[in-house]
Amino acid sequence: MQDPKLPLLLINEVGGTLGVLEAHVPFLKKHFQLITMKEFLESKECYRAQVQAIYSWWHKPVIDRELLKSLPNLKVISSAGVGTDHLDLKLISGFGVRIANTPHAVHSTTADIGMALLLAAARRLVEGCQIAVSSDTGYFSNNWLGEEVTGATLGIIGMGSIGYKIAQRARAFEMKILYHNRNRRKEDEEQAVGACYCGAIEDLLQQSDFVMLVVNLTPRTYKLIGKKELQLMKPTASLINISRGQVVDQDMLVEALQTGVIKSAAMDVTYPEPLPRDHPLLKLKNVIITPHVGIKTHKTTFMITEEAVSNVLAALNGLPMPSEVFPD
Amino acid sequence: MEENKHPYTLINVIGGTNGVYEDHVEFLEKHFKLITMKEFTENKQDLSHKIKAIFMWFHKPVVDRDLLQSLPNLKVIANCGVGVDHLDLKLISSFGVKVANTPFAVSNPTADLGMALMLASARRIVEGHQIAVSPDTKCFMADWLGEEINGATLGIIGMGAIGYKVAQRARAFEMNILYHNRSRRNEADEQAVGAVYCAKLEDLLQRSDFVILSVNLSPQTQKLIGRKELELMKPTATLINISRGQVVDQDALVNALKNGVIKAAALDVTYPEPLPRDHALLHLKNVIITPHLGSATSKARYLMMKNMVESILAGVSGFPVPNEVHV
Repeated sequence: MQDPKLPLLLINEVGGTLGVLEAHVPFLKKHFQLITMKEFLESKECYRAQVQAIYSWWHKPVIDRELLKSLPNLKVISSAGVGTDHLDLKLISGFGVRIANTPHAVHSTTADIGMALLLAAARRLVEGCQIAVSSDTGYFSNNWLGEEVTGATLGIIGMGSIGYKIAQRARAFEMKILYHNRNRRKEDEEQAVGACYCGAIEDLLQQSDFVMLVVNLTPRTYKLIGKKELQLMKPTASLINISRGQVVDQDMLVEALQTGVIKSAAMDVTYPEPLPRDHPLLKLKNVIITPHVGIKTHKTTFMITEEAVSNVLAALNGLPMPSEVFPD
Repeated sequence: MEENKHPYTLINVIGGTNGVYEDHVEFLEKHFKLITMKEFTENKQDLSHKIKAIFMWFHKPVVDRDLLQSLPNLKVIANCGVGVDHLDLKLISSFGVKVANTPFAVSNPTADLGMALMLASARRIVEGHQIAVSPDTKCFMADWLGEEINGATLGIIGMGAIGYKVAQRARAFEMNILYHNRSRRNEADEQAVGAVYCAKLEDLLQRSDFVILSVNLSPQTQKLIGRKELELMKPTATLINISRGQVVDQDALVNALKNGVIKAAALDVTYPEPLPRDHALLHLKNVIITPHLGSATSKARYLMMKNMVESILAGVSGFPVPNEVHV
């Protein structure tokens, strides 16, 4: 039996393909009574006035006008992860509901994935593994080469917290670091990682051996990387995307990869996810795709839930939330 | 002497899958008169006294007593890469021939590959890619998780040039670093990467989440990691090997991986290479293997070639040989 003194937290479901992780439930139940969308829809009248918070996990439950109208005492929506492009922030705010994400939990882990993809692309790791285990392999050719990461130039587009952690990691590989950002970072921050600001994104694209996308998705960053940008990149360069699929013009990317405009790409995100099974990106040898694993470790997923909970509790107690998100 | 400025240098073959790279030939021919094994075999009488050096590219040409005896004026063998476990150093030395390797050229790309393997294993990159492109995939499961790198403990076995570069990189990933080495590094070196010395290998094995092998292969390191060592490791730990296959007892490794004694392995090297196609390691889900890519970048291979040229030019002229390997 759940503790009736605890506030009601609405979640989509527990377990299954996209549900809140079973391992997190005991922790959540320490602070909340949990109610799933299924339970809510079956007994709306019973619960509607009691739901004070929603925990959005992998973009579910879908937050629309209908749901917001049916929850008159909803105070806060805490969204797992850092991206909030799946939420209509203005709409939610209009109902007087506060929103939070979980940026702190994800920074290091997402930076780790960015570097993992950069290294895998440079050294052709996925292809190499296939050769190592293939039944057709009789010997290893000594002429099968990748690109050197140490000393190469990394261009980071989006130098927020995640971008900065990537710069810290890349520096240890003696990489030359260029970055492009809405705002320039402070001089001591730049010096700490040896990062050079490129006011014009074209400069960064032309000089980089690896281009890493670490922006959030907004109307300004939608299709930020299109045909023009890909053509500015070196033909020996690799594009790494750990932002959102929509930051890249996917059709133009396919063309660029097929015609040698750029060398390779590695992406943890696409649009949609998953891609349709006949999409050309799935068949290109010079592409690595991972199934949106940026935050998918046992430790980080739990830290996300912890951060989400602390935001909800702050909101319910009328306090400032550690990671509040406001509409633009 | 003029001959020393453009010394006759024996190579195996140019081009093909394992020969000297075609795009290195121009630079080589600036400094050497290249003689292929085919040319040498066809013209031994004329050439055998002229050859002063061997440019050994991926273990070829094979240097045995016969070859050494047929090259009376051989001064130096330059070997590509850092490993010399395939050479009989005593035998070569007994003919008064010097041996050089290329440790500097391989350290960065090998350390990079060690990091690449550790990250790929922890975050399940290879499996993940297979899921992302599989015709059967309908959605991405929320409970499909990997292991955390940042904040984890990395144990480095072998803290030479490559091991140290691994430490420098791992530190930036906020890892805790332990190391075991024949001799302890100086305090400044340790502090620069936050590495803690484990005099006992057992200590390192018990405390590490990731264990990386970056030793050279010697009688002391043959089967350094066997059943006992694997059992000392955490059941959640991953073994990464960028040394030589023979540093690990492969049968013990297979057992350990099958029975959950350790969690996973990532290997750039095996014994032999490649493994027989029916080998157990090729069929375990918790293993990734790369085809000995440690130094496989254009930049590294070019630098290796240049280093070898320097060693040969010094060796044939009687100067101290850069990167000389002593018996």
